[in-house]
Amino acid sequence: MNHPLLKVTDLRVNFGAQAAVRDMNFELFAGETLGIVGESGSGKSTLARAILRLLRSAQGSVEFGGLDLVSCTASQLRPHRRDLQIVFQDPQASLNPRMTVGEALAEPLKIFEPGLKPLEQQQRIGAILERVGLAAAMAARYPHEFSGGQCQRIGIARAMILKPKLLVCDEPVSSLDVSIQGQIINLLLDLQRDTAMAMLFISHNLAVVRQLSHRVLVMYAGRPVELGARDSLFAAPLHPYTQALLSAARSALPSALRTAASSEIPAAADPESAGCAFRGRCPIALPICASRVPPLSEVSPGHWAACHRSHEGNIPLSFPA
Amino acid sequence: MSATLSVEKLSVSYANGTERIEAVRSLSFDVAPGECLGIVGESGSGKTQLLMAAMGLLAGNAVIDGSVRFEGEELITRDSAELNRIRGAKVSMVFQDPMTSLTPHLKIGIQLAEVLVCHAAMSWRDAWAAAERTLGRVHISEPRRRLNQYPHELSGGMRQRVMIGMGLLCGPSLLIADEPTSALDVTVQAQIIELLRGLRSEMGMALILVSHDLGVVAGLADRILVMYAGRAVECAATQVLLQQPRHPYTAGLLKCIPSLDGPRVERLATLPGQPPQPGERLEACAFAPRCPRAAERCRIERPQLLGSSTGSVACHFPLTS
Repeated sequence: MNHPLLKVTDLRVNFGAQAAVRDMNFELFAGETLGIVGESGSGKSTLARAILRLLRSAQGSVEFGGLDLVSCTASQLRPHRRDLQIVFQDPQASLNPRMTVGEALAEPLKIFEPGLKPLEQQQRIGAILERVGLAAAMAARYPHEFSGGQCQRIGIARAMILKPKLLVCDEPVSSLDVSIQGQIINLLLDLQRDTAMAMLFISHNLAVVRQLSHRVLVMYAGRPVELGARDSLFAAPLHPYTQALLSAARSALPSALRTAASSEIPAAADPESAGCAFRGRCPIALPICASRVPPLSEVSPGHWAACHRSHEGNIPLSFPA
Repeated sequence: MSATLSVEKLSVSYANGTERIEAVRSLSFDVAPGECLGIVGESGSGKTQLLMAAMGLLAGNAVIDGSVRFEGEELITRDSAELNRIRGAKVSMVFQDPMTSLTPHLKIGIQLAEVLVCHAAMSWRDAWAAAERTLGRVHISEPRRRLNQYPHELSGGMRQRVMIGMGLLCGPSLLIADEPTSALDVTVQAQIIELLRGLRSEMGMALILVSHDLGVVAGLADRILVMYAGRAVECAATQVLLQQPRHPYTAGLLKCIPSLDGPRVERLATLPGQPPQPGERLEACAFAPRCPRAAERCRIERPQLLGSSTGSVACHFPLTS
């Protein structure tokens, strides 16, 4: 088996005394996309930022290119920064309004490839703009002259200009119109096919995650609750929370486009208390769920779930309509 | 029966130097008592401008033309003192962002009760009691305690319920909801849609639901109006529009919604190109540059919105079933 590009072990991120992310373990391989889903506040963005060390982790390790990104020094980390890039949710807010697109795209080159001649720099910028579906001449323009979808293309160009090995996409299409979402997702798929980069793709939109992920991680209250290959996770979700998420997403689709019944999820249990954080919303909770946190365990090959009842086979769930 | 809201040839434009930027172009529609009309369109299509014009909330430099009648009464020519008799009392509005729609330094109870004190001349004591009942009606737990809480103490979904509750206080005959679920998680989205559905049948009010998300609108609306570049391009009963869209833009939008079930496609369907920029001159069909069916005629002559037994469409070459 080949070596993972990224290996996250026992990662924990604290905000004050509270853990925003904990017990996080997974591997990511070159050319692979891991989709990360969960509700707001579940720790998706915190996890992504901790992996890129935009936030400090309290515990655990993130191995990338032979280096532990959690414990290494800033100067050890710096040469690896070019391989770790991120695309943010709000495309307009993540571009400096006073820099032309060309200046914004030149920044990473100035830092990591200072030997480039101005002409070479221009060529690189023109080439990446064309690669993301814009015109090279647009480098002279300012962000406000572009639409949201075009700004997101610029954000992707900025992340891709150094040919990173890992691209983190934090809700990259959430603020875009549905007709533009598809364009951006197809662009990310093309770029991944060309460069074999790995992607962490964070989204609350399950249908989008299904489109471009190879594996999917479901988070709840800072913990992983399910991890599995895309098709098995979507076809046979093991964790009741995943089932509830899928059911809610289906109910938001028009009845002409959906197949399953609607559901509503009641309030969450206090994540700091002992036991499973989902138990207060879970229709199949047992007494043990209140006293012990279920560990993430492999239920079938490659398909992991953190549920005391996931080994009982498929339990048909009904959520109150 | 006369319409609750009747919009006729409404245009909204802004002067920009010597240019005129047209946000809404000669739009007409009716909403019958108790009916739910969905309005769908991409960002910049004029959805919000249309609502703001109807509510008299546009910026001072907007030029409005046409007519908006609420229960037979013309709204466009009214000054704000006269509009305030209607707004809040008979027509109310729920905005997109529940985080910024509530005043952060006032208790929920005060913000709710104030509506009744102002519009229904109730005493604070009675208004407070009515506010508590309203919170119960929008399924907020422990309504009495919530009245004494501040907005930051509530989750996004709860705040949107408070906003909806506020809209219902005076028993309006029309509720306008502008992207009421866009800022919320998918699980909460499903809850808010369920809530609106229940309230509508319980109170018999008309509802205008505006969203860029066809899925959200389709879950509630009896009829859907599709806007593109400030104009109505198609209007039909929800099931008809979903199953037999006639305008190529509607058909394209429907194809863009990624599916949660069914076969996964290699590439997502997209609408090529971008919607027209504000201020762009559109003599012919605004969708022609992105339309797979466009012919010479579409680039010369603007198609009129023509009605048939199943709905209306503005296209020279509509799709047939």
